Amino acid sequence: MKILAALIRRDLTLAWRQGGGVGTAAGFFLTVVVLLPLGIGPDQVLLQRIAPGALWIALLLSVLLSADSIYQTDFEDGSLELMTMGPAPLEMVVLAKAFAHWLAAGLPLAILAPMLGFLLNLAPELVLPLTVAMVIGSVSLSLLASLGAAVIVGLRRGGVLVSLLILPLYVPVLIFGVSASRGALAGPDIFAPSLLILLAISLVALVSVPVASAAAIRAYLK
Amino acid sequence: MELTGRNLACERGGRQVFAALNFTVAAGHALILRGPNGAGKTSLLRMIAGLIEPAEGEFVLQGGHQDLEPGQQAHLVAHQEALKPALTVEENLQFWAGFLGGGDIERALEALNLTALAGFSAGLLSAGQKRRLALARLALVPRAIWLLDEPSVGLDAASQVKLQALVHTHLEKGGIVVAATHTELGIRDAATLDFSELAA
Amino acid sequence: MQKFANPTRFLRLQSAIQPWVVAATIVLFAAGLYSGLVMAPPDYQQGETVRIMFVHVPAAWLALMIYSIMALSSAVAIVFRHPLADLAAKTAAPIGAAFTFLALATGSLWGKPMWGAWWVWDAGLTSMFVLFLLYLGYIAVWQAIEDPARGALIARIVALVGFINIPIIKFSVDWWNSLHQPASVFRIDGPAIHSSILIPLLIMATAYTMLFLALHLSAMRAEINARKLRQMELAHVGSS
Repeated sequence: MKILAALIRRDLTLAWRQGGGVGTAAGFFLTVVVLLPLGIGPDQVLLQRIAPGALWIALLLSVLLSADSIYQTDFEDGSLELMTMGPAPLEMVVLAKAFAHWLAAGLPLAILAPMLGFLLNLAPELVLPLTVAMVIGSVSLSLLASLGAAVIVGLRRGGVLVSLLILPLYVPVLIFGVSASRGALAGPDIFAPSLLILLAISLVALVSVPVASAAAIRAYLK
Repeated sequence: MELTGRNLACERGGRQVFAALNFTVAAGHALILRGPNGAGKTSLLRMIAGLIEPAEGEFVLQGGHQDLEPGQQAHLVAHQEALKPALTVEENLQFWAGFLGGGDIERALEALNLTALAGFSAGLLSAGQKRRLALARLALVPRAIWLLDEPSVGLDAASQVKLQALVHTHLEKGGIVVAATHTELGIRDAATLDFSELAA
Repeated sequence: MQKFANPTRFLRLQSAIQPWVVAATIVLFAAGLYSGLVMAPPDYQQGETVRIMFVHVPAAWLALMIYSIMALSSAVAIVFRHPLADLAAKTAAPIGAAFTFLALATGSLWGKPMWGAWWVWDAGLTSMFVLFLLYLGYIAVWQAIEDPARGALIARIVALVGFINIPIIKFSVDWWNSLHQPASVFRIDGPAIHSSILIPLLIMATAYTMLFLALHLSAMRAEINARKLRQMELAHVGSS
């Protein structure tokens, strides 16, 4: 536990000092949100209708992009190799790194996104359910993004590949996330199950992503 | 404690690098790997570290922790120095001490004459100073096997003496050193494994 | 299983059965197309356009089956380290992507007379679309990683992660669809379907399977030969 805490603390410090954390990702999030009304017109009614979905799409893109290099520097400078020689199993190491990414980028974005909803005329009563859904969903967003980062860690140009590999896996999170956000208006019989399914997806990711990420990283270290 | 490699073979990218390699290093002894570039010295170090699998053969470690792989009882100091330029010298060591299960940061700083640099960020260091910081991991956390890949590259004369002293203390305590090098490290009673004789 | 591990053995087996598989493909397609396009009755609502179903539905089945075969081969590669397993998964992917594309294209063609639009975000088509993206991702992994041995290791992970996600994606898309529009037109409800439609459908499905088998076997042969060539080139470079 102490071992993983050392790693999480280091990754958070690095994210803070090198701007790998929420700063750039939040800027990207804002850019997507600004492009949207420019693309479809400033119609307040239409914007209100699409606001939850648009915020979710901006969230998943910014989480994905902020994660694509979480293993890159550790791979290039040899730190990952030394980590495999440490007392902690690689599966726990990648879980700790994914958790650090969630703390540094996923969670702040999930809290920030609904607050910026006013830019898209988001109905005020949706802010709270959207926040709850995004915080739960961001766990699987961060985990899956970290898997994408692991799969391309040794490749020179992996950015586009990550989007192709991981965005399709974001489909369930997007659907149940938006469904939970809208469901609060529609009634509790859609809101509650959507949130529970979102939670279940995050748990599945929590169990399966570390195994897959560790396997991918081992393949690159060979 | 004794580390033995039996009938080891190495394959990289579908090509055989070496085969039928045998060696034994006992506690308190060093093994120096010599040979031309591409002969497999680095590959052998990485094999002992558990980073690559031998195509054939096995390692046996007598003594030591039986439930740990040899790699988990070893330090590897290689070409890549595993340093974070955005962290200070001390913070870099702090992380590895925490991650490897506890270590003595003061001692590590002193062992390679880094105490004066402790508060500077690692990105400001020269190549030789970075190498010293990488070597400081050896003194930071006690581990029985040291795997050194060209450890003296970029070191000035004074630092080379420091490294020699560090290695000798380790050997006196019953440690094992396997080092690949082109230059003399000045290690007493070191056996040599010459890769140029192995070339297939 | 290990008996066929040797590529030479596989190549011999492939040469022996390939003509039979090709012949079976031709016969089954002739029978399936005749019974589907000529003998089967037109639908009382959709008229003659319902015949697109005989091309569309088996393609969608095959698209799922081939991804399952890829995932199974990847699992076999991990557990038994069978040398042909990675190769089987790799060569199945482009064929699977082609079947998925066929399902999407025929679905789009079917949509025009049905809904008056070339594309409608129906649950079945949407899931198929995501499956197509999974195929593209898998193929891209093989292309992006130069060292084939490493590419194989990564591709296994991608195939299995995709396979775990397919049911979750399917479930989520169905949920999404039910929130926005009811029941799909493409739904084939098992036993309720009349035998005059079911039989040609099954013949077509077998024909597609045989076609896949024929394509897959020759793709594997081509891949084995390509690897041999690479080995020879490596040996040549190494010796000079």
